[in-house]
Amino acid sequence: MAVLLLGEVTDGTLSVDATAKTVNAVKALGDITVLCAGAHAAEAAAEAAKIAGVAKVLCAEDASLGHRLAEPTAALVVGLASGYSHIVAPATTDAKNVLPRVAALLDVMVISDVSGVDDAETFERPIYAGNAVQTVKSSDPIKVVSIRTSAFDAAPMGGSAPVETISAAADPGLSNWVEDKVAASDRPELTSAKIVVSGGRGVGSEADFALIEKLADKLGAAVGASRAAVDSGFAPNDWQVGQTGKVVAPDLYVAVGISGAIQHLAGMKDSKVIVAINKDEEAPIFQVADYGLVADLFQAVPELTDKL
Amino acid sequence: MKVLVPVKRVIDYNVKVRVKADGSGVDLANVKMSMNPFDEIAVEQAIRLKEAGQAEEIVVVSVGVKQSQETLRTALAMGADRAILIEAASDVHQDIEPLAVAKLLAAVVKEEAPGLVLAGKQAIDNDMNATGQMLAALLGWSQGTFASELAVEGDTAVVTREVDGGLQTIKVKMPAVVTVDLRLNEPRYASLPNIMKAKKKPLEEKTPADYGVDVTPRLTVVKTVEPAGRKAGVKVGSVEELIAKLKDEAGVI
Repeated sequence: MAVLLLGEVTDGTLSVDATAKTVNAVKALGDITVLCAGAHAAEAAAEAAKIAGVAKVLCAEDASLGHRLAEPTAALVVGLASGYSHIVAPATTDAKNVLPRVAALLDVMVISDVSGVDDAETFERPIYAGNAVQTVKSSDPIKVVSIRTSAFDAAPMGGSAPVETISAAADPGLSNWVEDKVAASDRPELTSAKIVVSGGRGVGSEADFALIEKLADKLGAAVGASRAAVDSGFAPNDWQVGQTGKVVAPDLYVAVGISGAIQHLAGMKDSKVIVAINKDEEAPIFQVADYGLVADLFQAVPELTDKL
Repeated sequence: MKVLVPVKRVIDYNVKVRVKADGSGVDLANVKMSMNPFDEIAVEQAIRLKEAGQAEEIVVVSVGVKQSQETLRTALAMGADRAILIEAASDVHQDIEPLAVAKLLAAVVKEEAPGLVLAGKQAIDNDMNATGQMLAALLGWSQGTFASELAVEGDTAVVTREVDGGLQTIKVKMPAVVTVDLRLNEPRYASLPNIMKAKKKPLEEKTPADYGVDVTPRLTVVKTVEPAGRKAGVKVGSVEELIAKLKDEAGVI
């Protein structure tokens, strides 16, 4: 058995954390070949080769692969598929865009957001916004699987796999990239941060979200938000933690002014330590918090930032 | 242009999900069911395209049990023109997999020849996030997933997508499959007169055999369990106490 792992490459840079966690999740399934695709992917491929447990790295560089558009990326993966029993990727928005397209072209099902690998055919995944965990067994000849990285530790570095250059598939020419709007930030990336500070509807406004950001910066943390805060325009969409946003599992998660809707809990309940600050002592967030502080966030958060 | 919108009947998003004691799945008997919230956003967007003069007809399709008729009637009451029900299951607990649904939708697309398929990005029951992408693959069409903005301009569509790093804008060639995210629009409520009118709109009933599609699942459900619970911890009385606990007890700062 052999595994083709689509590495998470954005603008030529490998997301080592997401890729290494995926390597660790599937290491029992066979020799792992990591595919790094992009307009520039050589540096990403060299980085992927250092992840322990990687047997080989394929590097595909072509302008058509530059922005991870689904059609050319899926065509590339499908062209390589016949040599593999499993095609896997970290469950990022890129992979969720590409993998179902790959699976349908191979006439197999996709298995999304896998949180447990039982054996080569059997996988665990959350359903109903994390309110249930289902174990499914696949009868397909090739298993196409995305991995929920927050459920796994990262494979260590220290490998030295060979890198082979391959060519891109013919570009189907169905879509064109226009622009990316990515907020530049010195803060750690949300899904791999050790500490996350999130704000909810209780924060009240975009201006007051600065309180959350100041606390996060004091802790060296990433900033998150509940869906209610994003929908209200207090925070950008890529900060959203929850079933329809990002799933995080940091060492410390600080929920400020977040009531704790089920769909938010689905995105953070695997955090090691959860702190909740909310003035409503009945808020459901306190049922999952290790440490709860019933207080007005406009007093407690600046005080916490000062005293840390 | 004709717009096709697939809609799914799922457990209402406000209902507390209960896992069946025998581990066979989630209990759906006598539970309130509604249209998948992402699909409502897709229906709304189709109606807005029609109101803007960019679409002539909206066809809604549902694959599932007979009761999915109610979901289709909801879409008709919102403003869709006609509906197709593909009755693929007799038991409400039987979920038709995205690959089979995509194959059925591809067959409907070949008959109906829409210029655009607008779908929800995922169903809130199986959370697979796959049907739209699979449909685009089977048709050889372009795809614009997780859309938070959509503008149709002649034979292309400009789609702004919600991605991990922020927002990505792409231009896709039509016909295309676009899957919609939460912030694309706020779906309207159907008015009582429109609910009455919807009862008279055409609803065609089909089966997978009519399209020659095998809906046998590829994945067997081994078991369904409740997620590992988390116990409530302690309440602290002050910011000082919180900092002390985090430093000395939890050791995370």
